[in-house]
Amino acid sequence: MTTTETPAPARTAAADPPAAVRAVRRWGFLLRRLGFYAAAAAAAIVLNFLLPRLMPGDPSSAIVEELQRVSGQQVPPETLESIRAIFGDPDQNLGEQFLGYLGQLARFDLGVSVVNFPVPVSELVLEALPWTLLLVGTTTVLAFVLGTGLGVIAGWKAGSRLDSILTPVTAFLSSVPYFWVALLALWVFGFVLGWFPLSGGYDANLTEGFNLPFLASVLHYGALPAATIVFSAFGGWLLGMRNMTVTTVREDYVLLAQAKGLSRGRVVLRYAARNAMLPSFTGFAMALGGVIGGALLTETVFSYPGIGYLLFESLTKRDYPMMQGVFLIVTLATLLANLLADSLYVVLDPRIREQG
Amino acid sequence: MVTRTVHESDRTDTDLTDTDLTGARSASGAVLEVTGLAVEYVTDGDPVRACADVTFTLRRGEILGVAGESGSGKSTLITALTRLQRPPAVTTAGSIVFHPRDGGPAVDLVTASPRTLRALRWTSLSIVLQSAMDALNPVMRLGAQFADVLRTHDRSLSRDAAWTRAAELLATVGISGDRVRSYPHELSGGMRQRASIALALACRPELVVMDEPTTAVDVVMQRQILAQVLRLRRTLGFAVVFVTHDLSLLLELADRIAIMYAGRVVELGTAQEIYDEPRHPYTRGLRDSFPPLRAPLRRLTGIPGTPPDLRRPPSGCPFHPRCAARFDGCDTHLPGLVAAGGHAVACRLHDPAATGRPADTGQQDRAARPDRTAGPEGGAR
Repeated sequence: MTTTETPAPARTAAADPPAAVRAVRRWGFLLRRLGFYAAAAAAAIVLNFLLPRLMPGDPSSAIVEELQRVSGQQVPPETLESIRAIFGDPDQNLGEQFLGYLGQLARFDLGVSVVNFPVPVSELVLEALPWTLLLVGTTTVLAFVLGTGLGVIAGWKAGSRLDSILTPVTAFLSSVPYFWVALLALWVFGFVLGWFPLSGGYDANLTEGFNLPFLASVLHYGALPAATIVFSAFGGWLLGMRNMTVTTVREDYVLLAQAKGLSRGRVVLRYAARNAMLPSFTGFAMALGGVIGGALLTETVFSYPGIGYLLFESLTKRDYPMMQGVFLIVTLATLLANLLADSLYVVLDPRIREQG
Repeated sequence: MVTRTVHESDRTDTDLTDTDLTGARSASGAVLEVTGLAVEYVTDGDPVRACADVTFTLRRGEILGVAGESGSGKSTLITALTRLQRPPAVTTAGSIVFHPRDGGPAVDLVTASPRTLRALRWTSLSIVLQSAMDALNPVMRLGAQFADVLRTHDRSLSRDAAWTRAAELLATVGISGDRVRSYPHELSGGMRQRASIALALACRPELVVMDEPTTAVDVVMQRQILAQVLRLRRTLGFAVVFVTHDLSLLLELADRIAIMYAGRVVELGTAQEIYDEPRHPYTRGLRDSFPPLRAPLRRLTGIPGTPPDLRRPPSGCPFHPRCAARFDGCDTHLPGLVAAGGHAVACRLHDPAATGRPADTGQQDRAARPDRTAGPEGGAR
C-alpha cells in the first residue's frame, strides 16, 4: 500500500466557501423569498380591488335601487351623494378609485359594513379575529401535535398491533366528511345529551373580560367545535407522518444511529422523526395560514363568532365591503404564514439554504 | 423446501473446531467467533436463506475481507454480525461470540439483550456503511453526530469536550477540524466517507465492520481511504471485517479473505493463498475476472451463468450449475468447509472421500482450467 496521503487542511478549507459567503447566500435566500411575497401581496391587493368592480353592479347602485324599491320614490340627490361617498362612486375613474383604495388600506379602513351599517368592517374583523385564532389556531396545533406524535409511533413500528389498528381506523375516520361529524356531534352532545351549548362562543349573560366565569364559558362553548376539528384533522397528520416515518426508518442514518448505541428515544426523535417531519411541517405551516380564514364549516355549524362566520354572513347577505375586507385579511394572513414557514424551513433543513 | 442434499457439513463442523482452521491460535487471541450462523428472510412462501453455516474467527487487529458478488449474502452477514438486521431478516441459527479486550466475559451477540448490545455498540463494535451519502443525518451538523455518540458512551464528557474530540477525530482522517460545524451535504463524497470512518473510530472500538466503504468514491479517494484505514489500524489496533465485491482491493488490504457464494463461505484463506492458489472453482473465477496491474497480458475469463435464486437454491453444491469442474455427486452432496493447513475450502474436488484420491493442492484444477469455458455450462450460456 502506498504512503498515506493526507490532504492539506488549507486545501479542504479553500474548496469550501468561507462563512461570510455562506451567510450572504442564506440571507439572499430569505430576501428573494421576501420579494416574492411582496409581489404576491401586491397582486392580492390589486385583485381584491378589481374583482368587485368587474362584477356587474356596485354597492352604491345596489343600495340606491334597494332604497327606491322600498320607498317607491326617487332617491334625493343629497342621499345619493352621501351613499356614494361611503360606498364609492361607480362613475369615478378606476385609477383614482385605486389610489383612494390604497389610501384607505393604509389607514386600515376596509369600508363600512352594509348589513351592520354603520359599523366599520375593520372593527368587525378585529372583533372576530381573536375567536378564530383561539378556536382554529389551538385546534390546528393540537391536531398536528397529536397526529404527528401518533404517526411517529405507528410508523416506527410499522406492522405492529398498534399500527395495524390505529392506521386503518384513522384512515376511515378522516374520510368522514367534516360537516357530518360536526352536525352529528352537535346533535348528540348538544341537543340529545345537552352537555354543550348549541351555538355561540360564550355565555352572553356574562361580562366579557378576564374573569373566571367568562373564561370557563369560553372553554365550555369552544370544547365541542374544537373537538370536532381535532377529530377530523389529526388523521391526515397521522397518516402523512406515519408513511414518512416508515420511509425514514429505512434510511441508513437511522440504522447508523442504532449502531451507535444511542438511546431509543434519541434515535426516534433526533434521527427518524426529525427528518420525517420536514414534509409534514410544510403542510402544518400552510394549515396555520389557513387558520385566519377560519374553519368556515365549524363556525357556521356552531354559529361561532369568528372570521369564518363573518364571511358566511356577509356572503348570504351580500355585504360586499365585508366580503372584500375578509378576503383581503385572509389572503394576507396566508401569505404571512407561508413566509414564516419558508423562513423556518430554512432553519430546519440546512440543505435548502444553498438552493432556492 | 425439501432438498435431498446430504449434509456433509455435519461431519466437517467438528473438524472446524478441532483443527481450528480459521486460524485463531487461541480463544484469547480472537475478538469474534462466528459459528454456524444462518440468516433467513421470512417471506410468505419459502424462507430465503441468505446466509448459511457461516463460520469464521476474527483475530484481534486482523482485517478479514469478505468477497462475493451481489446477492451472495455479504450485506446480510454484516447486519447479522452487528445485530442491525431488520425484519424480515432473522438469525435462525449459530452464534456470534464477542471477546472483550479487557478480558470480560464473552458475549454471544445473537442472544444478547438489547441493553447489553447497546453498551457494546460503538465502544466495542462499530460500523461503516456503504453509502456515506446516506449514513450521516442530513439535518445535523457533523460535530453533533460525533458528540451524541461520544456523550452517550461517556456520560462525564461535556458538550464542548465532545465537539473538540470530534474535531480531533476528523483531523485523523485528514479533514480540517473546523468542518465539525458543516452539514453532510457541504462535504464531498470522499470527505463524507472519511468522516464516517472517523465516526466509527470515535469510541475506540475493537471491531469495525465495513460494508463496501469505498464503492461510492473514485479510485484515488479509494486508495487514500484504504491507506488511512491501514494506518489507523496500526495505531489503534482494531479488527476489521471488510465486505466488498472487489476481490482485487481485498488482496491488498486484507490479512485473510473469505469468499462467499449463495450465502455460504466457500473458501477462506490468507490473501496470498487466495491470490496464488485459489482452490474453489468460484474463487478462481473471481480472481480471473480482473486484470493484474503488473503481469503479462492474458485473456480474462468470467464466470458463466448467474448467481442462484436463493428462494430455490440448487441441490448439492450451490455452485455446481456454473462449475466447469463438477463431477458426479456435486448436484446432490453439499460440501462443508474443510481445512487443509490454514486454508479452508468447501469443494468436493478437495474432499478425499468424494474424489477418491488424496486432497490436492489445486494442481489438477489448474490442469482442468482450459476446459472450463468449453464446458457444457459455458457453452450453453
